[in-house]
Amino acid sequence: MMKLEAIIQPSRFESVKDALREVGIEGMTVTEVRGHGRQKGHTEVYRGREYTVDLLPKIKLEMVLPDKLVNTVVDTILKTAKTGKIGDGKIFLSRVEEAIRIRNEERGESAL
Amino acid sequence: MKRVVLCCSLMLGLSVMAVPLPAQAPAASTPATASSPDASKDLNDKLAQLDQRVTTAQSAGDNAWMLTSAALVLMMTGPGLALFYGGLVRRKNTLAIMMQSFAMMGWITILWALVGYSLAFGGNGPIIGDLSHAFLRGVGVAPNPDYSATIPQLTFMVYQLMFAVITPALITGATAERMKFSGTVLFMTLWFFVVYVPLAHMVWGKGGLLNASLGGKFPCLDFAGGTVVHISSGVSALVCALYMGKRVGFPKQPMPPHSLVLSFIGACLLWVGWFGFNAGSALAAGGLASSAFVATHFGAAAAAFGWSAAEWLKNGKASALGAISGAVAGLVAITPAAGFVRPMPALVIGLIAGVFCYLMVTKVKALFGYDDALDAFGVHGAGGTIGALLTGVFAQTIVNPIFGDGKPVGARDGHWGQVGNQLIGILFAWGFALLGTIVILKITDLVTGFRVSEEHEVEGLDITQHGEEAYYLES
Repeated sequence: MMKLEAIIQPSRFESVKDALREVGIEGMTVTEVRGHGRQKGHTEVYRGREYTVDLLPKIKLEMVLPDKLVNTVVDTILKTAKTGKIGDGKIFLSRVEEAIRIRNEERGESAL
Repeated sequence: MKRVVLCCSLMLGLSVMAVPLPAQAPAASTPATASSPDASKDLNDKLAQLDQRVTTAQSAGDNAWMLTSAALVLMMTGPGLALFYGGLVRRKNTLAIMMQSFAMMGWITILWALVGYSLAFGGNGPIIGDLSHAFLRGVGVAPNPDYSATIPQLTFMVYQLMFAVITPALITGATAERMKFSGTVLFMTLWFFVVYVPLAHMVWGKGGLLNASLGGKFPCLDFAGGTVVHISSGVSALVCALYMGKRVGFPKQPMPPHSLVLSFIGACLLWVGWFGFNAGSALAAGGLASSAFVATHFGAAAAAFGWSAAEWLKNGKASALGAISGAVAGLVAITPAAGFVRPMPALVIGLIAGVFCYLMVTKVKALFGYDDALDAFGVHGAGGTIGALLTGVFAQTIVNPIFGDGKPVGARDGHWGQVGNQLIGILFAWGFALLGTIVILKITDLVTGFRVSEEHEVEGLDITQHGEEAYYLES
């Protein structure tokens, strides 16, 4: 099992979500987050006072995947989340030791 | 014979009723044509009744507008100003700033009823009124002919009260996010008596030093409160901001407005309410009210344009906050001029005020580094001053012959001396607000303290001053 975390542009979220559903992803956790990588923020001006906003709104997707789906999902995200500009985000993968379904205590990939 | 005369007089009476005002002249000659003394008495009675009805009708019309105006001006403080300021502060101080406006709606009303009205509009001293109307003695449905001959004095009293409510509330823009609530209440109480009431009397009260139509020594034109409301509150706001010092973290830490949506709604309510403020200052529902209404609207529109254009040139974008700030600046500047200027000069005044206040808020404030948090001085002090000055330039006797029929009013009529009178009024209001506020600040600081502790400031005034939060996200 692998855990996938993807930070993406909010504007791409709906397309990514739809594409993931099409390749058979049944669950995901989504958070609205703020952050920045190489993309520096923007400035806002209120009555002449300039503020640099360097933490920009992003969407974080988290899902734990059975090994056989990992490549498909990564490809799907790469394809749908890309705008080609700085600020498109990143994908992180990490190994997961165990998964347990709280309702019936199922374990392993069948709990996903 | 008797029946014929009765018939005649009845018909005459009816015709008089149908066309009330022009018919008064022929009616006066009817006793000569009527042969019986009985009939002429009858006719005179009818005429007297008619006169009474005409007066009642005019009073009803004027009173309807003035009560509406009073309500509109109250709406400027709450929710207008409360929302405008409320959106500009950070989230943790929203209720505190709104409460400061709301507290004025309650507290100043009480003070006004007890002695405030009397000190502002009773008597005819040069500096302050007297206590002849204390506890509203003698203030009833009969008009006060000194100020408004056609509306009940109660209406006049409650209308003027709404101005006394919003003026101190304006100051809270400068002290926002760091002023104690107890200090606010004490300061505003003292400020009401020491600055507002005398200034209102001097400019609008009978015999007041700066009154333009009721025997003032320096006739300063101020239709709806450029000096009394905006210069006084704006200058006091500056003094408060300087005395208090900057907010913790200013100007390094970003302090953007937490909800420009609230500010936007507030500004629009202010714009609408201002029709009551300015057009209502005609104290009647006649042509002068229409004139002031149009000037007010034009001033606001032109200033919104002026501020936005300046901002667009400077930053490449016209912001919503800029547009609404410009509109308010224009409304401030047109306030003293509203009942004296024609529509085109109103556009000019608005345009100048929009650009001028934009520069005051963005450039001058940054240059001196004072923390007038919500720009009470930059908008009201600066806008009020430029407006009062331009009133002297653009006032015309054709709009309001305040110095007598046909007599020139402002520089547009060739009376440049009025610009000088306006300057005197402006300097006087500045000096008066400045000195008064310094004294009051010292007293307030000694009694309740003025500023919250740094800890409380960081935590936010909503929780530390009022024990509640504007946005309770867990519920």
